[in-house]
Amino acid sequence: MIVTVIDYGAGNVTSVERALRKLGAKVRSTNRPEDIRSASALILPGVGHCAALIAALDAQNLRQPLLEKLSTGAPFLGICLGLQALYESSDEAPGLMGLGLLKGRVSKLPLNVKLPHMGWNQLHLIKPSTLLENISPESYFYFAHSYAAPAAGPERTALSMHGREFIAVIEQQNIFGVQFHPEKSGAPGAQLLQNFLRRAA
Amino acid sequence: MSLVHRIIPCLDTDGSRVVKGVHFEGLRDAGDPAELAARYNAEGADELVVLDIAASRDNHPTFLETIRRVAQQLSIPLAAGGGIRTLADARSVIRAGADKITLNTAAVDRPQLIQELSNEFGAQAVVLAIDAKRESSYWEVRVHGGRTPTGLDAEEWAVKGVEMGAGEILLTSMDRDGTQSGFDIALTSAISRRVTVPVIASGGAKLPNDFLQVFTEGAADAALAASIFHDQVQSIRALKSFLRENAVEVRLPC
Repeated sequence: MIVTVIDYGAGNVTSVERALRKLGAKVRSTNRPEDIRSASALILPGVGHCAALIAALDAQNLRQPLLEKLSTGAPFLGICLGLQALYESSDEAPGLMGLGLLKGRVSKLPLNVKLPHMGWNQLHLIKPSTLLENISPESYFYFAHSYAAPAAGPERTALSMHGREFIAVIEQQNIFGVQFHPEKSGAPGAQLLQNFLRRAA
Repeated sequence: MSLVHRIIPCLDTDGSRVVKGVHFEGLRDAGDPAELAARYNAEGADELVVLDIAASRDNHPTFLETIRRVAQQLSIPLAAGGGIRTLADARSVIRAGADKITLNTAAVDRPQLIQELSNEFGAQAVVLAIDAKRESSYWEVRVHGGRTPTGLDAEEWAVKGVEMGAGEILLTSMDRDGTQSGFDIALTSAISRRVTVPVIASGGAKLPNDFLQVFTEGAADAALAASIFHDQVQSIRALKSFLRENAVEVRLPC
């Protein structure tokens, strides 16, 4: 199976590609709308600025093909900003429209803790999870972000906490998202990517 | 469930080989960066820093190749720096596989660079490295590998760096670096309590208790060391067990 990694230009997709290849996946990185239309499984890695990601998706005409593809049931994994972009809007990108597949607004973590939320943290599982299968509930994952999803919503599968609770893992039909970086999260991160690949196969 | 304190080995390189020295002088070879990276990745390091301490213009392609080789070994984050002076330099370092860029001399010369990189890659990718040395009434920022005094107050510079968009401070005590006499607790605490971003303490680490102290009294979010890990004087696993026994939360890989 070929996984299509959306490379919109600003993020570091190299490490995601490398992690997927180590698991035996074939990877195609692209910013072309036609490649998204023909994809069987999609990953949107995101680091940097949410406004830059959303602006790049629109500038490169990727929004429509992506939304159409997801409505057909194609498995999708959003990483970090790739998760945040699923919501309607973000305080980091005022005036810009998110993909709007999930209700709610991404907002800044509280200022009584150090930001970015940078380093290794754990998860609190809310419901049975495909992505977290065969991963110890004690596992740590690597986070690097200052903005986060709400703590409530039907999509929530696991929460994490830094200043406030936020949704760290999303599973809703074919839509998956993780706020942390599985490609930087050692063995549990590799297992999570493996779980996504298995679900996508 | 909370963010844990990080242990970060540092690879000082001459571009292609890991080197060591006291106060950035008397360098000697300490191994292959990719081999050490693989070892630390397996031993439970939380992150890795790789620096080009030669940092000459001509050296840049060699160092990029080193970043590529190191990144291939890792399933943890990588910060890289040394000689990054422009947005284009930073872009090539990120493209080579680094998750974060450390800025030092170039940021002092032109603080605007912090903002440019932060806008492009996000604050979480911009680490401001500060080499600080105690003067009579303050800690002074030094550049060019610690050789050149700047007159800047390290506390003020850290605050300004964060305002400009740095997402983390890598704070090295020039007084302690290479001495193995413990982290500079006063310096680390002063800076960590002034800024809103995580602080990585560096310089002087030897004993597990040094790490415990810098996390508790020094308010450090992460601690960095080189020689004690390279020489296998201290294993990362044993260090983390010690910290956990002393009620400092760390990540113990399963």
